[in-house]
Amino acid sequence: MAEKLIVKNLNAYFHKNRALHDVSLAFEENRIAAIIGPSGCGKSTLVRCLNRMHEVVPGATASGEVILDGNNIYDDGVDPVQVRRRIGMVFQKPTPFPTMSIEDNVAAGLTLNGVQVSRAERDEVIERSLRQAALWEEVKDRLRRPGGSLSGGQQQRLCVARALAVQPEVLLMDEPCSALDPISTARIEELLLELKSAYTIVIVTHNMQQAARCSDMTAFMYTGDLVEYGETKQIFTNPTRRETEDYITGRFG
Amino acid sequence: MAAGISNLQGETSYRYRKFKSDSMMAITVGATIVTLIPLFLVLGYLLTKGFASLNWAFFTAMPAPVGEQGGGMANAIVGTLEVVGIACLIGVPIGVGAGLYLAANRASQFTNLVRFSADVLMGVPSIVVGIFAYAVIVRPFGGFSTLAGSVALAAIMVPLVTRTTEEMVLLVPPELREASLALGVPNWRTTLSVVARTALSGIATGVILAVARVSGETAPLLFTAFGNRFWSTSLFHPINTLTVQVYTYAISPFADWQRQAWAGALVLTAIILALELGVRWVTGGAAKAPR
Repeated sequence: MAEKLIVKNLNAYFHKNRALHDVSLAFEENRIAAIIGPSGCGKSTLVRCLNRMHEVVPGATASGEVILDGNNIYDDGVDPVQVRRRIGMVFQKPTPFPTMSIEDNVAAGLTLNGVQVSRAERDEVIERSLRQAALWEEVKDRLRRPGGSLSGGQQQRLCVARALAVQPEVLLMDEPCSALDPISTARIEELLLELKSAYTIVIVTHNMQQAARCSDMTAFMYTGDLVEYGETKQIFTNPTRRETEDYITGRFG
Repeated sequence: MAAGISNLQGETSYRYRKFKSDSMMAITVGATIVTLIPLFLVLGYLLTKGFASLNWAFFTAMPAPVGEQGGGMANAIVGTLEVVGIACLIGVPIGVGAGLYLAANRASQFTNLVRFSADVLMGVPSIVVGIFAYAVIVRPFGGFSTLAGSVALAAIMVPLVTRTTEEMVLLVPPELREASLALGVPNWRTTLSVVARTALSGIATGVILAVARVSGETAPLLFTAFGNRFWSTSLFHPINTLTVQVYTYAISPFADWQRQAWAGALVLTAIILALELGVRWVTGGAAKAPR
């Protein structure tokens, strides 16, 4: 399996505070990697470093390498804006743009980036992205309604569609289901399995059942360290590290 | 347990609390009425006095020469609109721009200084702002002018618009900003098309309130726009405004001028009321759209 995204000795800081300690791991193409661990262990920080969203927060810095298709995204001269177009992200809280309609939300990545597309191309992108996000059937008759008029689960799938519309190669998801009910969560998980064939997916989750259900690889993090990373089946049935076993059996965290 | 006693105690304390609550309510209602009485007295007096002197000529005719009856304030109405309009052209872009900057850079020493300066400027008496405009525009240009009046009013608007813009932008959830950045949208574009766009109705409210505020200013116009009994829309000549004209007429000894001052005050109040209603309309429209 091809390694799409390789993380080498990644350190992340908030001012002087070190949030990640020399994290190294690789994410493979067409596979889903889950990152689990207790609150504050650095899961979110790690994924936010993967598309240079970490540095958006004042005082946040990172050092080390994140190699996308052979190129380090932290090299001097790399434009974080270009990185983010190739590595998309879905956040914990659904964030449709409140001033935009459903279709404008999906096309936002194109219009806001000044991409010139014809009406037909735009419509095609909107339909394709909404179909990929399994939302098309539910919203095809009300594309002009505000994005905020949808339910929470639909809003989150709208955000997935919006991220997919710019055709990224990697999709990062930072606890995408933590604000959703079990039915919406199941929809998102089905969606992940469908998207796997086309994307490299990294998902942060608090929910260990979710990691076990839908991921191929699992990373366990604790206090800023990557404790263990391996095949999901092995992590959940036969972890090599004591801390991992304690966490997944619920003895702490 | 002694249920009767505890009941009795409960009853007394309830009566006592109810009495306290009712008294406090009466005091606050009283205070509200006392606050509203002057407002309605002023408005009522203005309406009775103003309507009696208001006629079509007031809107279309020029001020009559001294000693003649009649005439109107056509030039002052147009003048107020022009001075305030140009003040907006100067003040709104600066104020909104500064507000966006402050919201985007929360904690630097420089922004703290800017924020503090804006707060101080808001407290500066408007006549002092007039002196500022006199010094930087009237003296170098060699005379009173529309431009000088607009600069004075813009100087009053800028801190107001800056601070409201900042507050409104800070109300936009930071997640929206992140969502846009994560789509690969550049920072400047995110600020304008997502953050400022989401805060737009709030920013518009702030702008209209600032316009309403400066429309009623007299002091800073006295030695900048100065006033003019003749028709002028030139940027570089003195121009008449409602407030200055009302001031001049109100302190005059002629009964006809004093009547016109009432009419002018009424028209000015109506303009400001229309702006406030505009605010309601803008924010009401925004409230329908979800956050």
